[in-house]
Amino acid sequence: MSVRRDPLGPLDRDALRRDEAGEAPADARIRSRVPVTDGDPADPALAGGRLFRQDVHRFADGSRRPEWRESYDPTKDPAGVPDPAQVDVPDALRAEIEDLMSRYPDHRSASIPALAAAQRLHGWCSPEAIEQVACVMRLTPAYLTAVVGFYDMLEAKPVGRRTVYVCTNISCSLRGGDELLAALRDRVGGDPDVNIRGFECLGACDIAPMCSVDGVYVGPVGPDDVAPLAEQILSGADPLPERQLVRRRVADEAANTDDVRRAATEGGMLDPVDTPPSLRVPVAPPSGGGVA
Amino acid sequence: MSTKLLFEDIDEPGLHTLDVYKRRGGYLMAEQALAMAPDSLVTSLKDSGLRGRGGAGFPTGLKASFIPQGKMDKYLVCNADESEPGTFKDRELMQKNPHSLIEGMIIAAYAVGANKSFIFIRGEYAQQATILEDAIAEAKAAGYLGPDVLGKGVELDMWVHRGAGAYICGEETGLLDALEGRRGNPRLKPPFPANQGLYQGPTLLNNVETLTAIPYILRVGAEAYAAMGVEKSSGTKLISVSGNVKRPGNYEIEMGMTGRDIIYGLAGGIEDDREVLLWFPGGSSSPVLTKDDLDVPYDYEALAGAGSMLGSGAIIVADDSNSVVDIAVKTASFYKHESCGKCTPCREGTNWTTKMLLRIRSGEATPMDLDVIESVCDQIMGNCLCVLGDAMAMPVSSMVKKFRPAFEAHIERARRDAEQRLLASLESDHGPESILEGIGAGAPQH
Repeated sequence: MSVRRDPLGPLDRDALRRDEAGEAPADARIRSRVPVTDGDPADPALAGGRLFRQDVHRFADGSRRPEWRESYDPTKDPAGVPDPAQVDVPDALRAEIEDLMSRYPDHRSASIPALAAAQRLHGWCSPEAIEQVACVMRLTPAYLTAVVGFYDMLEAKPVGRRTVYVCTNISCSLRGGDELLAALRDRVGGDPDVNIRGFECLGACDIAPMCSVDGVYVGPVGPDDVAPLAEQILSGADPLPERQLVRRRVADEAANTDDVRRAATEGGMLDPVDTPPSLRVPVAPPSGGGVA
Repeated sequence: MSTKLLFEDIDEPGLHTLDVYKRRGGYLMAEQALAMAPDSLVTSLKDSGLRGRGGAGFPTGLKASFIPQGKMDKYLVCNADESEPGTFKDRELMQKNPHSLIEGMIIAAYAVGANKSFIFIRGEYAQQATILEDAIAEAKAAGYLGPDVLGKGVELDMWVHRGAGAYICGEETGLLDALEGRRGNPRLKPPFPANQGLYQGPTLLNNVETLTAIPYILRVGAEAYAAMGVEKSSGTKLISVSGNVKRPGNYEIEMGMTGRDIIYGLAGGIEDDREVLLWFPGGSSSPVLTKDDLDVPYDYEALAGAGSMLGSGAIIVADDSNSVVDIAVKTASFYKHESCGKCTPCREGTNWTTKMLLRIRSGEATPMDLDVIESVCDQIMGNCLCVLGDAMAMPVSSMVKKFRPAFEAHIERARRDAEQRLLASLESDHGPESILEGIGAGAPQH
């Protein structure tokens, strides 16, 4: 297999734009590509035929990642700071971003909260949303796109409006976090309005296995809670009201005096010791395992 | 019966409002502190022996004394990013007692002369961020924050800044980059944030628990606080116990309690009365300990002596129904996902360690790969701008060291299983010709 070399460096834009006659070819991007010789990964002869050869899966554009090549267009100049006269920004969004910018000595600090605000409006950080934020903040769309790419809660692709994060980190997976994600995905994953994904530690290991439904932490979610929770996610109702984190007392029994504990309980706070059976399928201890 | 400071009556209804907090003597310490000289506040912090509760355990008073004197723009940043797996103590504090954090920040800001302060809270804590914002609004209205704090001519502005989900933003310089509106990549140190931090200005950065402890230290007195706990680890510590225990949750302990008292006493023991396989004493970044180490006292020095660290105070317990290989894969893949990509040893090291562990799990590895993992982990440690790479290398290499027989047994068992599966699939799908072809003995296809 030969090493594929891309003839198109970042400084070759002009060469691409014009052919010999000085005209920009219509299919400049397509013609710039070296023909792909590694074959279609969907080809059964390549996928399963040669068992001991590892094929490098390449997509039709020659890249190993989907849409790698579509992510930029070398025939265009980089976008600058958008012209305020050209971009239509909703008034509420503009006011919110301007308020955010006023809090910091450097207005760029507001980029994460501003993108989050645009995401609330548009559902995801679409090119349109990024352009609106860039217009108000006087930044380039590329700068904001880079910020979006770094943070897990900013969505670079269209997703459902209802966000469900299921914690699958160590503490939760010890108590069935992965199984909770699979079970919830089975029930709500088909709904395009729901964005369900496994997430880094959400900081609520005391209620493991848990999930966050539009920012509301619920847990522990036992096997019997999955079905009602899925219903509530789909209908947009308050998720498992009796299992929400904000209604939990601190686990340290010695922290509160009896009066406070009584008052808290009467005020709707729940006892911390409330662990439903684990979702996890019990496994046998690894043979030969244990402590060395 | 242990002493409670931060958690004293924390579930009192309405504690998150200014009225109830003031009824309990809230903001008295701030008033008292603002009448003192800033230097003497830093001295009392030093005398109290308070150490940073975020993970590194750096003496708080010493850190405050690094901030340059003089009139300039200085910043106070509260690290409420709490993203270390297993840690959830700050969440409880911010949600139930936000005003004591604000009071601690007023005192700390006055001590170092900071006039702008930010609370960087992780974006996932949406409910807690709202509670904090409401509390700050109340404090501003009551004159505890603003251009003239308590009529003492001190200026302090405070804002909540919500992150958007990145573990690396819990690292102090990564947090500062995120707060400046960039990708949260850590910076080269030195210069440390105390000299050049937020917007290149002197910045004091502290964890929520550290700042919340300050009013309580002033209340009980620095000497009394230093007398709690053990010699070099003074005061109380909030610990988050999670995993396969009967009563997971937050507990406030005096340092020096043993791991056994915490896991079997406070947290009620292991679910289904199983045995401890391993436990992380300080979040998933700390080297793991086994059931033989349960009697180690829980303080900074003793845990360091046992080859681990106190870290953020998050104890994760795994019982013996778990496979250490699965835990290692979970740990490594988390850090692989969260590595920001700035330094090569971390970016590549976390990635390849995860790949090797996955190979071990699926039966494509040999025991030699364990040596490679240890060597990769060795090469990550100390070679990056921040400790994210170390945070993966330490637990993974400690698991490989302490559970090597379990890893080797798993490799052998998984390898045999994979071989059986492969042979079965060859028999059913292709017949013997493709085996010959696979090893290069068959007729060429093209």
